[in-house]
Parts: sequence; C-alpha cells; structure tokens
Amino acid sequence: MADLAVCKSPDGVTTLGLGSCVGIAIRDPLTKIGGLVHVMLPDSKAIKNNSCLAKFADTGIDELIRLMLQLGASRSRLEAKIAGGAQMFAFQKNCELVSVGDRNAEAAKAKLKELQIRLLAEDTGQNYGRTVIYYPETGDYIIRAVGKPEKVI
Amino acid sequence: MGDFSLNDMTGEYMDVLKELGNIGAGNATTALAQMLQERIDMKVPQVDMLDFKDVGKAFGGEDTVMAGVYLVVEGDIQGSMMFLSKKETAKYLVNQLMMGMGHPEAEEFDEMELSALMELGNIMTGAYLNALSDLTKLKIYPSVPEVKIDMAGAILSVPAIEFGVLGDKILMIQTKFTDYLDIDGYFILVPDVDSYQKIMSSLGMN
Repeated sequence: MADLAVCKSPDGVTTLGLGSCVGIAIRDPLTKIGGLVHVMLPDSKAIKNNSCLAKFADTGIDELIRLMLQLGASRSRLEAKIAGGAQMFAFQKNCELVSVGDRNAEAAKAKLKELQIRLLAEDTGQNYGRTVIYYPETGDYIIRAVGKPEKVI
Repeated sequence: MGDFSLNDMTGEYMDVLKELGNIGAGNATTALAQMLQERIDMKVPQVDMLDFKDVGKAFGGEDTVMAGVYLVVEGDIQGSMMFLSKKETAKYLVNQLMMGMGHPEAEEFDEMELSALMELGNIMTGAYLNALSDLTKLKIYPSVPEVKIDMAGAILSVPAIEFGVLGDKILMIQTKFTDYLDIDGYFILVPDVDSYQKIMSSLGMN
C-alpha cells in the first residue's frame, strides 16, 4: 500500500490485496520496462500530509514514470492498465456520493489521460479484493481474487 | 488542529492511545469470554504504528484471507472501527458461538456463520467502544456492522485510506487470546482529525 516498484523484463512486479486502492501498471512495450504503483487516495492536493508520493494517484503516477524514464523507458511509448478501486463495504465512512474506490480509479484515469498515456484495459469497481501481477514482457496484468478464477487483462 | 498528523505524534500521545487500546481490547476479550462461556486468557495487546507498506506483514502477507467486521462510529466522535481476525480464527470462534450448528470444516462461511460473525464483531467492538466511552465520557454510537471475508490488504485498505488522510501510518492493536487454541484478533479504530483532539483533551492531554 502506498508503494511502487519498477522492473525490467523478464521480471514481473506484484502487489497483494488491492481493496479500494488502485494498482496502476505502466510499461514501455519496446524496452519492456514496466512498473506498478499502489495508490490509496485520489488527490495529493486535497490533504496536507502528502509527502508520500506513492500514496496518491496523481503524484504516484508521476513518480512511477520518472523512475521508468530513468531506467530507459520512452515517454511516448508508455501504455497503462489499471485494477482495484473496489468498494469493500457498502457504507464506507466517507459518505460522499461516489466511493473512494471509484474516485481512485477515476483519478488514475484522469491522470493518465492528462499525460496522454493509453489505457489499454481496466478491472475496477465491484466489492472484492484483488492481487495483481504485471509482466512488462507481454503487458499481461494478472488479477487474482478470493474464490474467483484468475483473470488476465 | 488542521495540521494534526500522526507522523509527528509524540511518545506521550502514543502511550495514551496504546493504553486506550489496551483497555478496549481487554473489555472486548471479557465480552467474548462471557459470550462463549469459556475462560479466555488474553496476552498484553501489542500496539503498533505501522507504515502502510508494512501493514500486510503483520498478518503474514497482504493476501492472507481474513474476516473483517467494519462499522461506523458517530456521536461526540466520528470515525470507524474494525475488528479483524484470520479466517480460521473467525471460523473457530463462530462455531464456538453456534454450539455445533455451524460447519467448521467447510472452506466458506454460510449465511448463519456470517451472521454469527457479525454479531461477534458487534459485541467485541461494542465492548471496546464502551470502554473508550467510559474513559473519555464521550458519547460513542456504533452503527450496525458489516462483515467481509477477503484478502487482508483489501480489507485493511478501508481503514488505511481513512488513516491516509491523517498521515502515513496506521495504528493497530493486536490482541492474542487463548482458550484451547491460540487465537488472535486485531482492532483498528480510526477517529477523524477532530475526534482525535476530543479524545485527547477529554483525557486531559492538550
């Protein structure tokens, strides 16, 4: 949670138990450099305690891309997939009209759009947790959930 | 108090929170013992401030399947509360409670077991919050709880996100109790920023 990692093919990167958080996977399909960030909140500007970059959709994606470019990825080739953003309990506290999971997913999509990174696929919403594994080699984003068959997007 | 952050919590504040957790968890264990009509020994609860990325390790991995009972707290303080236990622990406790009417051997929880689990969580969190209310003289009203069986990380993302607004750490109280088996449970209380202040000042901390 609130963490990120980059890797190079043939390695993969994983995050366990995404709930309302969103896992944003990005890769450069040519150099096969990829990364995954597990964000908890949509917007770093909405709250004061925002020093942890990987906690927020906006700063998390920026930081992930910065690290990938350092490894040699090309900015213009980047493509993304996202998963998570579930609503784990029907009445979560932040009684806004839209659940925090949805807001996380929306914020991630908005940020990707702003950066003009193509969103190839997503598996978001619903009410269950997801464990995800991302392979920059193929771009496969594997999603596991309790009591459900494995899914690849 | 808009600048409140759990990141720069002083030792004294931490001690008060730990002690509250201790008393709450003790009360909850007593309630559990009464409900199951069994003698239950409780070890001194372990109270930890964990970084988000280390939260899963406390349970042996973020993909460990856990049972979580979650409820919203209202009244003088606002926030939420969660009681978590490993799936096997929850299964065991529920079947103790149901006096042999459950299915301890089955992988899944059936409707009766889920309902019993909700009641168990209700009573334990209720006892915890009662202790907190007695100590602080604050009115605390818990909502009807909701139950979820899923990966630890996914369940914990809910209180973690609420803590996320306050800082980069999560306050977790681990209670271990023993009857025939070693069983463990975790309490997580997430008051909002103003409520932290209220709890502290009601205990004479400023």
